[in-house]
Amino acid sequence: MKLTCDEATTICDKSQYGEASFWEKIKLSFHIFMCKNCSLYSKQNAVLSKCLQKQKCKNNCLCEKEKSAMEEEIKVKI
Amino acid sequence: MSTNKHTLNPNKWVKAHADYLFNYTISRVNNHEIAKDLVQETFFAGLKAMKNFQGKASERTWLISILKRKIIDYYRKINSAKGKAEVKVNFYTDGEKEGEWLEERVPTNWNNEAEKNIENDELKEVLETCINKLPEKYEMVFRMKTMQQYETEEICKELDITSSNLWVIIHRARTQLRKCMEDNWFNK
Repeated sequence: MKLTCDEATTICDKSQYGEASFWEKIKLSFHIFMCKNCSLYSKQNAVLSKCLQKQKCKNNCLCEKEKSAMEEEIKVKI
Repeated sequence: MSTNKHTLNPNKWVKAHADYLFNYTISRVNNHEIAKDLVQETFFAGLKAMKNFQGKASERTWLISILKRKIIDYYRKINSAKGKAEVKVNFYTDGEKEGEWLEERVPTNWNNEAEKNIENDELKEVLETCINKLPEKYEMVFRMKTMQQYETEEICKELDITSSNLWVIIHRARTQLRKCMEDNWFNK
């Protein structure tokens, strides 16, 4: 039943992705109830997840310039 | 009976396949420059290996098979890269306090005003910088899991790691990220 802070924060991280088990979540809430540091970590971790949600992947394609540079290099090697 | 044999046409490779190969790569390496280089290397390797092309598979399939090797080589390289910045430990690793927070790593309260500002563009930049500061392997696993939302199983298969491995990496990445955001944004 007893978790270390290291273990508790790992479960907290898992739960950010919805992958903590039911039993793990119970153990976590129990730990958080008694541990100020992990309670804070858990709160901040949720904020972090929210920030990350907003962060869109960018730069996910090649631009024309890059493609023509690539083409040139291939022509040289043919 | 070779009427349906596929042929190679390197002059049109970039036009025909660059986007496809790049998309395939970017979702696996998460870095624009690295993905571009891997695609470029794939084309070069393809040129070199043209005489081995038997025409059984389509041009694209053949190029993808080369690209896959390139990506695996890249993973191997960063997996074995020694002397990379290690992730900071946040907990005592032995003794009576094993598993407890190190005093200097204990979370501190965040400034409430900063917490309200998560729509801010500047925050995006700070967050991106913090993610970039993670060691390469951690950054890759973290991005795949968090930004690209890969299934745990998929990442494990792709990178040949166990799921407990994966969670240790995510855990370290997130604790480091939390600290980095605390220092550079929330309590700046």
